[in-house]
Amino acid sequence: MTTTQEQPVRSVPTVSFTDAEAGAKVFPDSGASARRYNYFTPAKRKQTHYEDVTVEVQPDPRHYLAQGWLYGFANGEAGYPLTWTTLKAWGVDKPEPQRGPGSGGLPKDFEWPAHGWHEFRDPNEEWEFTLYRYNANVVRQLNQNIENAREAKAFEQWSPNWVRFVERHIGAWMHIDHILGLYVFAACNRSAPTNMHNTAIAVNSMHKIRSAQDLALYNLTLSEEIEDFDGRAHLDAWNNDGEWQGVREVVEALTAIDDDWGESMFATNVVFEPLLGELFRSHMVQQFAAANGDFVTPTIVGATEYDYSQRDLRWTQACFGPLTADKEFAAHNVTIMQGWLSRWVPRCLEAARTMEPLWSLPDMKPRTFEHALDRARNRFAGIVTELGLELSQEPDT
Amino acid sequence: MSRQSLAKAHQKIQELSWEPQYHEPYMKYGTDYTFRKAAKKDPLKQVLRSYFPMQEEKDHRVYGASDGAIRGNMFRQVQERWLEWQKLFLSIIPLPEVSAARSMPMLFHVVPNPELHNGQAIQMIDEVRHSTIQQNLKRLYMNNYIDPAGFNNSLRNFHSDYCGTIGRQFAEGFITGDAITAASIYLTIVAETAFTNTLFVAMPAEAAANGDYLLPTVFHSVQSDESRHISNGYATLLMALSDEDNRQLLERDLRYAWWNNHRVVDAAIGTFIEYGTKDRRKDRESYAEMWRRWIYDDYYRSYLVPLEKYGLVIPHDLIEESWRQIWEEGYVHEVAQFFATGWLANYWRIDGMTDTDFEWFEYKYPGWYDKYGAWWENYNRLAVPNGHNPIVFEDVDYVYPARCWTCMVPCLVRKDMVTAEVDGVHKTYCHEVCRWTDVEAFRGTYQGRETPNMGRLVGHREWETLYHGWNWADLVSDMGMVRDDGKTMTAQPHLDLNPKKMWTLDHLRRCPPCGSPNVLFNEMDDAGRAAFIDDYRRQGPAGRPAPPTA
Repeated sequence: MTTTQEQPVRSVPTVSFTDAEAGAKVFPDSGASARRYNYFTPAKRKQTHYEDVTVEVQPDPRHYLAQGWLYGFANGEAGYPLTWTTLKAWGVDKPEPQRGPGSGGLPKDFEWPAHGWHEFRDPNEEWEFTLYRYNANVVRQLNQNIENAREAKAFEQWSPNWVRFVERHIGAWMHIDHILGLYVFAACNRSAPTNMHNTAIAVNSMHKIRSAQDLALYNLTLSEEIEDFDGRAHLDAWNNDGEWQGVREVVEALTAIDDDWGESMFATNVVFEPLLGELFRSHMVQQFAAANGDFVTPTIVGATEYDYSQRDLRWTQACFGPLTADKEFAAHNVTIMQGWLSRWVPRCLEAARTMEPLWSLPDMKPRTFEHALDRARNRFAGIVTELGLELSQEPDT
Repeated sequence: MSRQSLAKAHQKIQELSWEPQYHEPYMKYGTDYTFRKAAKKDPLKQVLRSYFPMQEEKDHRVYGASDGAIRGNMFRQVQERWLEWQKLFLSIIPLPEVSAARSMPMLFHVVPNPELHNGQAIQMIDEVRHSTIQQNLKRLYMNNYIDPAGFNNSLRNFHSDYCGTIGRQFAEGFITGDAITAASIYLTIVAETAFTNTLFVAMPAEAAANGDYLLPTVFHSVQSDESRHISNGYATLLMALSDEDNRQLLERDLRYAWWNNHRVVDAAIGTFIEYGTKDRRKDRESYAEMWRRWIYDDYYRSYLVPLEKYGLVIPHDLIEESWRQIWEEGYVHEVAQFFATGWLANYWRIDGMTDTDFEWFEYKYPGWYDKYGAWWENYNRLAVPNGHNPIVFEDVDYVYPARCWTCMVPCLVRKDMVTAEVDGVHKTYCHEVCRWTDVEAFRGTYQGRETPNMGRLVGHREWETLYHGWNWADLVSDMGMVRDDGKTMTAQPHLDLNPKKMWTLDHLRRCPPCGSPNVLFNEMDDAGRAAFIDDYRRQGPAGRPAPPTA
């Protein structure tokens, strides 16, 4: 005969009705108008979800940071010094509020924002929800495209010459995105004066790191799908091909910029990307691939192109555009940015010219290098003039 | 994803490793550690092509659960006593998270292991996730909880209030000074490997027991990312251990990071878990029991002690001392009592303790009632304004404490208080280890060794100094902790939202002015200071005045 075992008494917390819901009672600060973050001024009439999760998370001693930064570097710097770029926004030259015994915390006659850096908003309004959704969509799209291509045996359509081109030169580009992602963008996400800037920079970094891995894994797929595809040829191209040494030198120089996050971002997104990034992606790969029987590679490279042209360029323009019209430092900023253009444009154009032989490599050549370079330069010119800057009249600048 | 195995994919990604040929990257951040010997593999093979969809799926679940909580009327059964403490916790935590993101490039610069940089880059992305997802959780509370005050002015409060400042070192400590000290030892080895267990696992369990299942939804999702970070930390630590020259620095940093985390995190999380809960079942764990399980057994004995064979000098004495502080000295109870003493300087409502609470505390911490019971009974008696001042000004056998210069928590275990004169300023410290941190560890030389990259402790580290001599009504207004009628305080020492029972600036105006213990300490002569210190060390427990000397 079976006996019934008694269940031990379960220990669970009791549920109680507390009625701690919005609207349950009326008291000071119970109304709908009290249910918003009230410590910053939104950019527009209504504050956005993006602003709510981003603005003022990184403190500022010119705002509410009463006790100041708590940790300093050995050289005395602390927090996010405004001097970590030579660019300036209105208000930055005002001295930091001095606090001490009996001073109180809030700066006298305080208004939000205390200086112009806090006016920046990422037009893409990126926060965790949007960046995971966007990048997850990209990787799903790429996976599907590659899978479709495999099913359709699309890679068999490629000419041997195109196979060589992809294994060496599409592969070589992965290194550029990797270096930019980790050693330019991620490196700068510690530097800028607001959370809005640093998060936009971190998101830009994520795009590049993902893009580098997209190309690496695409290379791996091709090694598995195409019999004589050399999955390591990209290393030889990157390390030894003359066509890549110019752009490699420039990208490494971008990592070596001396302690100015503004120059790093400007030189990369305003100069390097249109003159070299888009030159290769939009005006070479996207134009040549289909003509050479490849409908897959453009979707991989196109995702990177979209990252830049529709998202990363947008935040860059929103960051640097207002600085050239700044109510206090417009002339200062224009001088600096013109100097950056003088430094980086000739370098990028020289690197572009070293890439010219790539345009002769595939069997089908729908576009000449000069045509591609013209398009890239026009695009670059448009970006520069929209920012309120001038192009040099000298040839090749 | 294509049929590539994860191992093959990860191996392929290693081909991205970069050896500069034309220019070395600008090294903005420095370290006194050396990495001449080790090359360790990235132990977690994380590829972004699987990472992004995985994280998106986690988000679907978090936001789906958030919707469910709202539609399921969660706030009709959430305990206000619990949710009020989230005004403090959630005001602090988004900054440490995003600071961890900012700290990752510091490691790129100093750790010569490109494989590890991949894992650190993913950590950067994770930390941006954590910061914004927590800031969003707070927004949900603000929109749906009965009392939005304290959520609506959250970051202003965090930046201006002393509790926020204490919490802020848990962010700044990651991003400044020696890159390894900050971004590796303090952040990943101690904070993430040890203390996020109490922060993101134990505390959410308490939340659920108080009717709040939004917080566990978010924080368990956050914690699921932590295994990657723990792995990053472990890999970097093993690299550091390979160079014998680093062992002295590791010992220094482990002592500093351990003690600082204990002082700050145990203080806050212990208070939330024990004083923010209405769940007084005898079989639920006390903070001391949780600490023993998560920190002592899990972290110290299972993770840290096995590293001794690699040459790591483990601060056994500090682990035991931390336990002793919690168990014998009642550290969490002293902190909770101080929070409640200073309710008027904060931005949330602090509920008093009842007989049910007393019974639980006595069961878990025998002797609790004799030490703290009378004070909490006074707290209840003085909760509703009725002609008296807030408790800090009333005669309740409590001496307002001095503050620790280093961890900025007050010197609550009175007999441990030590002092030092540093650069002409007399400072008080809650414990010898905090004094050592300021006077010996955070310096340009350590035990005779040059440490040019070590950071410094800076700032106005005693909050009361800024408001020395101020009228309390002006003080609270200056911090912005006033409700939308311009006079009712955000903070209250009870949970009654009847406007007639709420404290206002008018009540504060008649109070004595704010006094800074450190300003007064520095105004004393040497004999006065010596007498003060002697008296101080004979005070307590529970802030009792020192017994009269014979």
